[in-house]
Amino acid sequence: MADAALTATPRGRKVNLRRQPGFATLAFFCIAFLYAPIFILIAYSFNDSRSVSQWTGFTTDWYAKVFENNEIKAAAWNSIQIAGVATIVATIVATMAALATTRTRPWRGQTATYMTINLPLMVPEIVTAIATLIFFALLFNGLGVNFGIGNLMIAHTVFCIPFAYMPIRARLEDMDKTLEQAAADLYATPWQTFRRVTLPLMMPGVTAGATLAFVVSFDDFTITVLLAGPGQSTLPIYIWTSLRRGISPEINAMSSLLLLVSILLVTLSFIIGRRRK
Amino acid sequence: MTVAAADPATTDQDLKAAEIRVAAANRAVQAREKRGRWGLVSPAMIIIALFGIGPLLIVLVYSFLEAGTYGGVKWNFTPDAYVQFLFEKDLFDDTHLIFTYSYLQIFGRSIMLAGITTVICLFLGYPCAYFMATRPPQQRAFWVFVITLPFWTNLLIRTYAMFVILRDDGIINNALMNAGLIASPLQIMFTDTAIAIGLLYAFLPFMVLPLYASLEKLDFRYVEAGYDLYATRGRVLRRIIIPLTKPGIVAGSILVFIPAIGAYVTPTLLGGGKQLMIGNLIALQFGSSRDWPFGCAAALILMVMVMIALMIYVRNTSRGGVVHG
Amino acid sequence: MADSDAIEVRGLTKQFGNGADSVTALDNVSLSIRQNEFFTLLGPSGCGKTTLLRLIAGFELPTRGNVLLEGQSVVHLPPNERPVNTVFQSYALFPHMTVAQNIAFGLEMRGRPRKEIDGTVEEMLALVQMTGLAARKSSQLSGGQQQRVALARALANHPKVLLLDEPLSALDLKLRQGMRAELKALQKRTGITFIFVTHDQEEALTMSDRIAVMSHGKVQQLGGPLEIYEQPVNRFVADFIGDTNFITAAVETSGDGMVACRAASGLSMLVAPVGEPATGDSVTLALRPEKIQLKPGGTAQVELSMYVGTDTSYEIRLPDDSRMAVRLQNALDGRPAFQVGDAVSVEVSPGAARMLLD
Repeated sequence: MADAALTATPRGRKVNLRRQPGFATLAFFCIAFLYAPIFILIAYSFNDSRSVSQWTGFTTDWYAKVFENNEIKAAAWNSIQIAGVATIVATIVATMAALATTRTRPWRGQTATYMTINLPLMVPEIVTAIATLIFFALLFNGLGVNFGIGNLMIAHTVFCIPFAYMPIRARLEDMDKTLEQAAADLYATPWQTFRRVTLPLMMPGVTAGATLAFVVSFDDFTITVLLAGPGQSTLPIYIWTSLRRGISPEINAMSSLLLLVSILLVTLSFIIGRRRK
Repeated sequence: MTVAAADPATTDQDLKAAEIRVAAANRAVQAREKRGRWGLVSPAMIIIALFGIGPLLIVLVYSFLEAGTYGGVKWNFTPDAYVQFLFEKDLFDDTHLIFTYSYLQIFGRSIMLAGITTVICLFLGYPCAYFMATRPPQQRAFWVFVITLPFWTNLLIRTYAMFVILRDDGIINNALMNAGLIASPLQIMFTDTAIAIGLLYAFLPFMVLPLYASLEKLDFRYVEAGYDLYATRGRVLRRIIIPLTKPGIVAGSILVFIPAIGAYVTPTLLGGGKQLMIGNLIALQFGSSRDWPFGCAAALILMVMVMIALMIYVRNTSRGGVVHG
Repeated sequence: MADSDAIEVRGLTKQFGNGADSVTALDNVSLSIRQNEFFTLLGPSGCGKTTLLRLIAGFELPTRGNVLLEGQSVVHLPPNERPVNTVFQSYALFPHMTVAQNIAFGLEMRGRPRKEIDGTVEEMLALVQMTGLAARKSSQLSGGQQQRVALARALANHPKVLLLDEPLSALDLKLRQGMRAELKALQKRTGITFIFVTHDQEEALTMSDRIAVMSHGKVQQLGGPLEIYEQPVNRFVADFIGDTNFITAAVETSGDGMVACRAASGLSMLVAPVGEPATGDSVTLALRPEKIQLKPGGTAQVELSMYVGTDTSYEIRLPDDSRMAVRLQNALDGRPAFQVGDAVSVEVSPGAARMLLD
């Protein structure tokens, strides 16, 4: 539906044909509903008391505590490591897969390939979690193989692949196919065409995909908590264990920081993805 | 005047030679294409097959094994796990099975909660999507971004935020008590209601986006035709707009129902271990209960339900409905 | 003959799909294109002209047949190994590169030294009158400017043959007419063989040295603009180029020299025979509206009159109720010679009508 359509009523007043009563209100309610808890959480991270429901005063003490906490630092480092490796591997692998599966004539095995790539998205997280747990337990008991934190990296890579794949594929489908023909017409070998034409034009999609993969890995809880061993805590797991000990504004502060990171990265990915449209 | 007449003998000869060269070139191109394609796609496929599909197959196998004493499994094939789902062994007589509905209850609760969540999401999400779709075109990307952003933030944190609000000592109760509307705190936390609110909060964007996609494609001239034929606003909505956006409605519903039914974080945090959903049940078997085969069986039953929902989704979108993802 | 031809195609056939669903885009086409020629492939959409162009460029492999460049078979070579360049219908300028980088691309791919590349880029910019716009990106250019860059990018590589795929179709009328003259001049100046694809017959007639009129994957007629216009060989060519009256007539006398034919309307015409028509045969004649004379008074009547500035187009009703289109130049004072309702008689000079093969 394009721009607002105005019609004159018999009484001469302009009526917006697209308006439905109450819908705008409900829409704003939805958005408020989605964002209010987040704002409250962030607000109370500055609360000058241990309570998370009574406001007493403004302070940044809790944030200071977060930055001094060594457990948090260790967990953050784990999160970054895992997300970093998973993102890099998933993005490279997804880029290759996207190149192979977009803009081609229909080929055998197409449906199977799509289903496989999107599989991690379709399986409920809890099922993936226990399946991975069993898998690595079997690996350890049966073959004595244990990658340590590598287990988590592998598990994360699996579900990061479809998240990296989607923006890259979208970008490739949008690309003009004649550009590559023009490059060939101008004496470029297939490799040169890829390097000088396809890859630069594809980069916004790759960056968007990598950012999404990083966010998804960084934020993951269910799979990580069931799989992580001692010393392999990530930030979400740290928040979880803190919650079990009892809520505190420190958790609010910690959470707010994590939210900020996610929001920044997603906004970045969104902006990059929309450039050069 | 017309086309060039060439010497027939050389024409035939060199046509044949050309044909051979073309065929060779064709074969080379096709072979290279095929090699290239499989080469490029195989890392992704291998990783997912090995570490995604493989583990799921192991789950399938494990569900038919016997539970080990301290967790893990004994390699002894038995359908016990599935039997356990519906029946309990009589304490005194091993062969006597008593029907138990406690697990069915958990599955029933999960389906009900997921269903309620889906319905409420629909009632809230439709006006929201409608509003977004009727904004001026330049604004729409902004609104899509606003609705999508929460989806990308940490689910645990968002659920925790909801927890803080709903608990006995939380914002809602404090506000109500301060306003003098209630005397003692409402027991919201750890009830099915809390879980439903949490699920609604987690998955609302999943409903709004497909609805928005469907509404945006709507040809407004149908609505104009409705008004032209004396329909009221309500009727136009009910009998024109909603039926035309049915694909979006189905897509959104499935996209909320599937993760809702397999939810883990939300019921864990907001259900407090008292109100179990399927996700909790499964996780429990790998925690304190130490009954891996049963956990695998429950997981598989969950997967079957998800796959049925997925098939409905695929059949709906391939019939020319909303293109998603 | 073979060595002096820029391009020769022999028995070129292209089928898409297979079995019952296969589409024959090109059906056993053979023709030669000479050096330094402005050669046009003309026809309606789906006639195979673009397919033929793509086969010459190397973007497709033929089902059968050969493509020769200056006598050498290139049919099996990929596009990046053929010394021909293409100007695409959508221009296909690289959006992430500047104008200069676009033009330089082919030379860079061939590993030319930097100095040579820079010099050629300057030269090309001057050739298409885009000097000073080297640093712009394609999104900052108008349609006409993009087209010049596409031209420059192709010409920078001094190809043996330049292929142009309906390059003017996206431009508006005035711009298109201007570009026609420029392209023609460019071809003469560079001496490169141009192979031009279009569906616009006016374009073909004004620019080409020779035209190949195509339909349904076959070449219907190949010749210079005058020949194509004045001597169409069949109904399709007569109909596609300009306006034509098709008249069914019976042969009255046959022999050497001209043959007299009489139409059902009574109109008698002397035409040059094609094939060997016998007396009594029914033939189709093609008669252009501007080759008919009208005299006042007679058995025909003016039904419609349309003033077109330089001429007036008339529709004449003949005694047997058939219609004929006639186009007459207006008098020096601009007034049309006849009005609606006037009685006129139709006269056709010997040889004005053409006998068609089908």
